[in-house]
Amino acid sequence: MSDVLVEAAGLVKRYPPRDRHGTPFTAVDGIDFTLRRGESFGFLGPNGAGKSSTMRMIACVSPPTAGTLRVLGMDPLTAGRQIRARLGVVPQDDALDRELTVLENLLIYGRYFGLPKPEIAARSAQLLEFAQLADRGRERVDALSGGMRRRLTIARSLINEPEILLLDEPTTGLDPQARHVLWDRLFRLKQQGVSLILTTHYMDEAEQLCDRLIVMDKGRIVAQGSPAELIARHSTKEVLELRFEIGEQDKGVAKLRDAAIRDRLEELPDRVLWYTAEGEAALAVVHQLGLRPATAMVRRASLEDVFLALTGRTLVD
Amino acid sequence: MATADAMALRAYQYWILRYRRTWRGTVVISIANPLLFLVAIGVGLGRLVGPDSAALGGVDYLTFFAPGILAAAAMQNGIVEAAFPVAVNRGPGGAYPVAAGTPLEPEDILHGHLLFMASRVALSAVVFVAVMVAFGAARSPLVLLALPAAALTALAFALPSAAWAVTLPDVRPVMGIFKWVVMPLYLFSGTFFAVEQLPAIVRPLVYATPLWHGVDLCRSLSLGTVTWPLAAVHVGYLGALCGVGYLVARRTYRRALHA
Repeated sequence: MSDVLVEAAGLVKRYPPRDRHGTPFTAVDGIDFTLRRGESFGFLGPNGAGKSSTMRMIACVSPPTAGTLRVLGMDPLTAGRQIRARLGVVPQDDALDRELTVLENLLIYGRYFGLPKPEIAARSAQLLEFAQLADRGRERVDALSGGMRRRLTIARSLINEPEILLLDEPTTGLDPQARHVLWDRLFRLKQQGVSLILTTHYMDEAEQLCDRLIVMDKGRIVAQGSPAELIARHSTKEVLELRFEIGEQDKGVAKLRDAAIRDRLEELPDRVLWYTAEGEAALAVVHQLGLRPATAMVRRASLEDVFLALTGRTLVD
Repeated sequence: MATADAMALRAYQYWILRYRRTWRGTVVISIANPLLFLVAIGVGLGRLVGPDSAALGGVDYLTFFAPGILAAAAMQNGIVEAAFPVAVNRGPGGAYPVAAGTPLEPEDILHGHLLFMASRVALSAVVFVAVMVAFGAARSPLVLLALPAAALTALAFALPSAAWAVTLPDVRPVMGIFKWVVMPLYLFSGTFFAVEQLPAIVRPLVYATPLWHGVDLCRSLSLGTVTWPLAAVHVGYLGALCGVGYLVARRTYRRALHA
C-alpha cells in the first residue's frame, strides 16, 4: 500500500459566475502538494484563501476544474464513491439532524455506508464512549450543547472507520474549554493512526494538531512545512510587541526607523511588532530612545507571525 | 460495491426514519385539509348547487367535485413534499450535503428522496379515495385507477419542483410558488366548476395547465366516463412533465451537490 494519501498537481477550482454579468471566481489557483500517511495536515489561511474548496475537492464532492488530484491513489472523478467510502467528513456546520436522536443520527449515517444495523449499533456504542456522549444516545440532538454536537459529528464521521478524517474549522465557534476537549479527542485519533486533514485559521489549533502545514492565501500555497520549520524560515525567534497610547504609534515607529533598526517592523492598527533575535535587547533600545509604550511584551514567534510575514495580513480580522 | 438501487434505498431510509418522527404534522396538510374541503364544499356548498346540473355532466356536486379536489390536493402534496424539503435540505446543515459526503452520489440522493415523495403522495391519495368511496362520491369501480392518476399528477408537479428547489439558496422563493402557481391552478383547473363554464377564450389556457389534465383524468375515472384516447393524452402530458422534471433534476442535483 502506497503511503501517499493525497496528491495534487496544478490543482485549480474555478466557480462559474453567479449571474450573466458576473465573472468566474477562482478559489484555488494551481496548487501542488503531497500528503503522506501517518502525518496530520493543516490548511491554514484566512477566510477565502481556498482552504474549504481544496477540502471539498479532496472529499470528492467538488470536481477539480483543472490539474490532477489523487486521493488514496484513486481519481475522484471516476472513483468518488470508493474514495468517499474510506473518508470521514466533519463539516463546519455539524449538519446533524436535530429532530432525530443521537443514536438515530449515527444509524442513518452508518446506513449511507451500507453497514448492517447490528454493526452500526456496536460501533455507535464505542463511538459515543469515545465522544464522551455515552449517556446521551437517546436524547434528541436539539438538547446537546455546541461542543457536544461537534463531538457527535466527529463520532458520526468515524462510523465507517475512515483512513482519513477531513475536518473543516473543527473548533470554530466553540468556547475554550470545549476546544481543548475536542483537541484531546482528535489527538487520540491521530495516535490510533487516523490521518487528520483540517482547515483552520487558528494558530494554536494548527500547532496542537498538525505535523505539517500548508499556508494558503488567495488560492495559492505561500509556504509549507512543519510549524517549527515555518517559524524558523519566515520569522525571527522572538517578537517584541509594543502598544502605544492613541496617536503615539506613528511617532514611535518613526523614531525606531530613524534609529536605523535593521530588523523587520510590522505596524498593525493596534500595535507594533518588532521581529528580533533578542527581545529583551530590543526593549532596552526602545527605552534608550526615550520611547514610552503603554505596554511592551516579549514573546516567542508563532505561526501568526509567519502568516503576517508571508502575506502582510493577519489571519483573523 | 452496491448497485445504484441499493444506494437509493439507503437515502430513502433516512426519509422514512424522519417521517416516523414527523408524520403527525404532515397529516394535517396532506390529508385533513383536502378532506375538510371535500366536506365543506362538496357536501355543504354542494347542497346549494342544483342537483343534476347540466354543466356538471348530470351528477350531483359532491360527485363532481370530489375527484377534482383529489387531483388538486395531489398537486399541492406534490409541491409541498418536493419544494420545501428539497430547498431546506440542500443548504448548509441540511440532509443533502451530509449524504453527499458518503458513498451516495447526487443521483442516489435524488432517487431516494423521489421514492419517499412518491410514497407520501400515494398514501395521501389512498386515504382520500377511500373517503370518497365512503361518501358515495365515486360512480365507477374505475375510481381505483384514480389512485395512480392522482399520484402521477402529484409527481408531475413534484419532479419539476425538486429540480428547481435544489438550485435555491434558501426556502423563501418557494412561498411564491404557492401564491402564483398553486392558488390559480387550484381555482381554475376545473376543480370547483367545469371548464366549459369559463368563457371560451380562456379555455385553451386551462387545457394547457397540467392540473386540468390531472383533474379530468381523475374525474373521468371516478365517474366512469373515461375515453381511453383522451386518458392517454392526459397520462402522456403528465408523464412528460415527470420525465422532463426528472432529467432536469439529475442535472441540477449534481450541480448543487457536487459544485
